[in-house]
Amino acid sequence: MNKHFTLGRMAIYSGLLFFCVVYLMPLVVMVMTSFKTLPDIKSGNLMSLPQEWVGYAWNKAWSGACTGVSCDGIKGYFWNSFQMVIPAVAISTLLGAFNGYVISKWQFRGSQLFFSLMLFGCFIPFQVILLPMAALLGKLGLANTTAGLVTVHVIYGLAFTTLFFRNFYVGVPDELVKAAKLDGAGFFTIFFRILLPLSTPIIMVTVIWQFTAIWNDFLFGVVYSGAETQPITVALNNLVNTSTGVKEYNVDMAAAIIAALPTLLVYVLAGKYFVRGLTAGSVKG
Amino acid sequence: MEHTLSLTKLKAARPGLADRLQKWLPKIVLAPTMLVTVVCIYGFMFWTFYLSLTNSRFLPSFNFAGLLQYEKLMDNDRWLTSVTNLGIFGLMFMFIAIVLGVGLAILLDQNIRQEGAIRTIYLYPMALSFIVTGTAWKWILNPGLGIEKLMHDWGFTDFQFHWLVDQDMAVYTLVIAAVWQSSGFVMAMFLAGLRGIDSSIMKAAQMDGASMPVIYWKIILPCLRPVFFSAVIITSHIAIKSFDLVTALTAGGPGYSSDLPALFMYAHSFTRGQIGLGAASAIMMLAGVLAILVPYLYSELREKKS
Repeated sequence: MNKHFTLGRMAIYSGLLFFCVVYLMPLVVMVMTSFKTLPDIKSGNLMSLPQEWVGYAWNKAWSGACTGVSCDGIKGYFWNSFQMVIPAVAISTLLGAFNGYVISKWQFRGSQLFFSLMLFGCFIPFQVILLPMAALLGKLGLANTTAGLVTVHVIYGLAFTTLFFRNFYVGVPDELVKAAKLDGAGFFTIFFRILLPLSTPIIMVTVIWQFTAIWNDFLFGVVYSGAETQPITVALNNLVNTSTGVKEYNVDMAAAIIAALPTLLVYVLAGKYFVRGLTAGSVKG
Repeated sequence: MEHTLSLTKLKAARPGLADRLQKWLPKIVLAPTMLVTVVCIYGFMFWTFYLSLTNSRFLPSFNFAGLLQYEKLMDNDRWLTSVTNLGIFGLMFMFIAIVLGVGLAILLDQNIRQEGAIRTIYLYPMALSFIVTGTAWKWILNPGLGIEKLMHDWGFTDFQFHWLVDQDMAVYTLVIAAVWQSSGFVMAMFLAGLRGIDSSIMKAAQMDGASMPVIYWKIILPCLRPVFFSAVIITSHIAIKSFDLVTALTAGGPGYSSDLPALFMYAHSFTRGQIGLGAASAIMMLAGVLAILVPYLYSELREKKS
């Protein structure tokens, strides 16, 4: 076996290591640039370490950089994103859990057909619903509001959350539910007493999937938010593309890292669930 | 007497009502989602289709105009550019991401130490939004300050890298950033596929004296056919949806040389007051997705039946 540990193994490991560098490089470059001063950026290069590490760009990105017309940094938009993502994730997960429960354990005529229609629906490009949705939000008085954005994210997240819970509950033995029915347990009792206590892993997957998707969304954010309610992705894009004054690459990079921080944190802390969500959501969908 | 009578009556009636409610509860619970799906997905789809047949400009109008918008679309240089770009970008992105994903998955499948850590590094870009990815790569590809400067500083003074501001090359920068963002995910899919293959097949082939490359090429990869299918569907879906990446990285420029249909649709519907044209372009995008999806679903269903 030791022979295997020679040239071939070396080649494999160096190949893997090379790609580690490739994948990490942009993040390293972003972090280093965010700690440099502007003259340092001009005189150094992507891979040079900051001459002195300064946090000025982070301060400015957080509370002083200009996005479009206002110059209060991105902190307001960061909180906007939280205000949007928390209710949107909570509502879509809850509804998804109930839907998945019905579709797997209380099938009725047409419920499977409906499930297929719904899954098919989540494959359409969102461009095809953008215009009517704008009209509807306008009619409901939700245009340019966080509530409007939450509504949109809940609606178009339901297919995925339902899919997750349905696939999970299909694996729970039907006998369990049947026995409970015989004992006289009703629809909600069975859900809250039997299925929900089993659901922690799938709740994790769904919450992480939805959190990442909604936090990272740009299309709905840019179309349906107002100046006051923009999520962080839209603000970041505005900040980077604001063309007045000197281009401050260090501030851009600091802002980009701030925008990425919540999802990166989730990924580092709960990567297992994140990957499971990715594969469940896309391989089976 | 009367009192007890009504009590028994009540007792008799109660289960009936509760039962009926129980029977309806699942449907009641599912109803909001059904309503939303029918209205906000299928209803809106037809609404957009109808808009695409009108002469809507700044405001939606309901004057039927036949295929006027589609004719305008086909005469529109920017649209043709964006469709061509989607072809170039989509095919290259899919091809490179899948080849790289398969390659990395095979390398990682060789009993690697620290496999978990390496996998984590390959996959983290998937946790970032395309806006962040675009911002990062815009900086790295910056002519004059990014990679070009790095190579100059390292002694390659003739090195030139102007793709970001080059009309003919800007679309390829999208490929770079998209591959960086999504190839780790493709790798994860193939790794899961590889782990699902019975290892006795491999051992048997080794006994017959087949070399590793031959085993992978002739035996393992054909087994992964379903994963290839899924990877094609998902990466093509990412490509068609690409809106954030192009907005953040090139904003469709220089000019509209790196425009994609998703950006075209947004620009015409929401900033240029060409709602009818925007709707027509959205329907064309939908048609593109259906052209990929329907044959896929058809083959899936047929396989399941046989």
